[in-house]
Amino acid sequence: MSDFPRWKYFLVAIVLVLGIVYALPNAFLPQPAVQVTANRNGVVNQALQEKALHALKQQNIAYQSAELSNDHLLVAFGNADVQKTAGDAIKAALGDDYTVAFNLKSTVPHWLSMIFARSMPLGLDLQGGVHFLMEVDQSDVVDKQETRYADDIRSMLRDKNIRYDSVSRNAVRGQGVAVVLRSAADRTAAANAIAAEYPDLSVQDGQVTGDRFVLNAVLRPDKLRDISLNAVRQNLGTLRNRINALGVSEPIIQQQGDSRIIVELAGVQDTAEAKKLIGATATLEYRAGYGSPQQAMDAQRTGSVPPDARLYKDQRGNPVLLSKKIIVTGDQLVDAASGTEQQSGSPMVSVTLNAAGAKKMLDFTTSNVGKPMGVVYVERVVETKVVDGKEVRTPKITEEVINYATVNGVFGKNFQTTGLRSAKEASELALLLKGGSLAAPIDIVEERVIGPSLGQDNIAKGMKAVLIGLGLVLLAAAIYYKLFGLVADVALFFNLVILVAVMSLVGVTLTMPGIAGIVLTLGMAIDANVLICERVREELRNGSSPHASIRAGYEKAWATILDANVTHLIAALALTTMGSGPIRGFGVTLLIGILTSMFTSVTVTHAITALIHGHRKLKTLSV
Amino acid sequence: MEIFNHNANVNFLGMRKVSIGIAVLLMLVSIALLAVRGLDYGLDFTGGISAEISYQQPVAVADVREALAKAGMEHAVVQSLGGTKEVSVRMQPTAAMLDQGKVNLDKVSDVVSRALKAARPDAQLKSRSSVSSQVGDELRSDGTVAAIFVILGIGLYLWVRFERRFAIAALATEVHDVLVTLGVLAITGREFDLTVLASVLAVIGYSINDKVVVFDRIRELFRLARKAEPVEVLNRSINSTLSRTIITSLFTAITMAALYFIGGAVVQGFAITMLIGILVGTLSSIFVASPILLWLGVSKQDLMPQTKENPELARRP
Repeated sequence: MSDFPRWKYFLVAIVLVLGIVYALPNAFLPQPAVQVTANRNGVVNQALQEKALHALKQQNIAYQSAELSNDHLLVAFGNADVQKTAGDAIKAALGDDYTVAFNLKSTVPHWLSMIFARSMPLGLDLQGGVHFLMEVDQSDVVDKQETRYADDIRSMLRDKNIRYDSVSRNAVRGQGVAVVLRSAADRTAAANAIAAEYPDLSVQDGQVTGDRFVLNAVLRPDKLRDISLNAVRQNLGTLRNRINALGVSEPIIQQQGDSRIIVELAGVQDTAEAKKLIGATATLEYRAGYGSPQQAMDAQRTGSVPPDARLYKDQRGNPVLLSKKIIVTGDQLVDAASGTEQQSGSPMVSVTLNAAGAKKMLDFTTSNVGKPMGVVYVERVVETKVVDGKEVRTPKITEEVINYATVNGVFGKNFQTTGLRSAKEASELALLLKGGSLAAPIDIVEERVIGPSLGQDNIAKGMKAVLIGLGLVLLAAAIYYKLFGLVADVALFFNLVILVAVMSLVGVTLTMPGIAGIVLTLGMAIDANVLICERVREELRNGSSPHASIRAGYEKAWATILDANVTHLIAALALTTMGSGPIRGFGVTLLIGILTSMFTSVTVTHAITALIHGHRKLKTLSV
Repeated sequence: MEIFNHNANVNFLGMRKVSIGIAVLLMLVSIALLAVRGLDYGLDFTGGISAEISYQQPVAVADVREALAKAGMEHAVVQSLGGTKEVSVRMQPTAAMLDQGKVNLDKVSDVVSRALKAARPDAQLKSRSSVSSQVGDELRSDGTVAAIFVILGIGLYLWVRFERRFAIAALATEVHDVLVTLGVLAITGREFDLTVLASVLAVIGYSINDKVVVFDRIRELFRLARKAEPVEVLNRSINSTLSRTIITSLFTAITMAALYFIGGAVVQGFAITMLIGILVGTLSSIFVASPILLWLGVSKQDLMPQTKENPELARRP
């Protein structure tokens, strides 16, 4: 009697069970927690936990649980208010060596985490926080490149003894560098020299007036795009480092398009602090080494530093003495890239300086072969501390020697730093060098602060809307299509479950527009069942037997459902391509919803209908 | 339970001159409205600053406006966020909110909350945002591109799956639906923000759904009928899908109404746009799409399955 194959029952059963399991984590609400991680000098251990919990006890702050793991301590609290006071208390007790951040402690049972079941992360509009959209200043990128090439071309022409009148940037940004020469022959020589030396420039003859022969050198567009992409990547890296220092857990730092960066910090309310950090400036200083390592140790122990030297620490905390005189600063550094040395195959960082920097470096290395040189990374960050219950902001300058090496030969514009222990160290050093070489500045083009209460409000209203919307449709379907309506209801409920499960698995961030998408999906998913039920009714009216009506109803409705859903899918797909932000969240939800609803509305209802009606002789159908 | 008489045979095509006339009129009015009044673009599109404020006691929008005007913010747009206790304020930044030529959100919250607290001490700032206008410009072009992509993509699919005339009829009706929906938004002065844009794009998806169901039936009836008189086939198709068209619209409208009344301010614009779109889309599926198809000269020959196509494959559930 039943035309529903057995394997499909299994498929339906398996999908439903998986749907329930993977949707389940969302039922376990995370607890507000405080996370403590160690900075360079701190260690996360039992003693730390005792110290933190002691601080809480002193202020009579109740905590729910404390969990010590490899690199952090997580203390959970009953609500967000307690979390905040507790965070302040722990921060005050532990001091500078630790980063104290607000986090959420997952309450999802272990066995669920084991099978990668997790809850959907909540968007900022559902939990509060700050959102920044930043853009790399493209015109600054162009400015820097053109100024740099103007300098370089000038000194190159001088080196090659090609006589020129002037080398200057054209008045309009992006128009490149204008080189004015005195004869056609000189111009050809200059054009060839530039083309050979700087493949990233395209050279074109300009106007000739009297004895002024103009040559234009313009940066190739693909190179420009490369540079700006690099600037974004570089800024992403720097931002990640800095935001980690801010102590925000699970920050979102993403590239959007060619020149934008999104930063979302959940739980943060003070944009000023975040902004200062994001806008913190870093610079580099190449300094001559001073004395021996022993002298540095002595200086650290005794505290007496030679008058023309300064005492620094390297990344491992060892003392380093460097001369007070700066050789080259970060703004003279054009590029730094990590790679491997061809001869030895060991990791290295190759550095390119601009003309001014190259000259100074040449002067220095000429007389200092065999002597050490250090690179200092200087970063200015504004720190916030709680003193007597009040927040006190102090600008803090961090200086660190990121590289200390011996000068092996005379060099100027290009040189390599070798002796690095791993490829990872090389790429980190390259990143730091670039970070300190004043990457293109970033502008904040969009900024939002969502209060935590607003987030809770939104989530409560959103959930209520989903449940009431679902309830109303369930009721309406049951009334209008009786038993078939009830079957559709079961499917619709499972549609919600599977939709949530897929969204959780994929890791879609739940936002308010996403919730709107869920509600809309529920409203439209019933459409397939309406189509089927109407068809079944039609067949019955035409005098078909109940079983034949069910079969024909499903068969005939299928083509329609497919066409209708594919067109709808095209619309949803376009929504997901709309950058990021609210539209995308909505589009992704809709997309997944259409797919899950095709399964639940057709296959699941067919399975249930076949189960109910399959082996019985039927006189009538309740539809 | 049945609301609709399944034997109904309303002559929808008979009133095609009236229905198309009304549709064209509505479109023209909408275009005029969009040209003259325009949409009330939200912060996402215009750039500027916005803040959401909640009061402990009910507050009148006019009072909030007055309090802001007193503090030098005359051009602020104040809107109620659903209830009587929450309002949103939107404006271009004033000089007091700038810091070296750039918007400083802390100053914004200072300036706004001081102005509001002077009038009503129970005012509290819940969120604040600032968006630069250049982001908005891009969004507007992105949105247009997305809408065109949707319409063309769907047109292409219908062309392949059905026939050229169906694609054209669907697209024409689609353009009608979007324009009229936007027209209603313009006349009601609803804020047009990102979620409303998402909703307009979703309306396209929804309403095409509706049309495809009717078209599907038209194709089926054309193929089945021995002597297929187009007017009769179209009429029968609309009538036999009428119940489904209206029930689905009702069901979807129920959920959107729930979202509108319960979901809160963030999704209200989305829900109301969707409700408008559902109404417009349903009416155009019944009254507009098929007459266009008739005028384009749809016939049985165009729809007979080609030999290489296996109809069994398309039907298989």
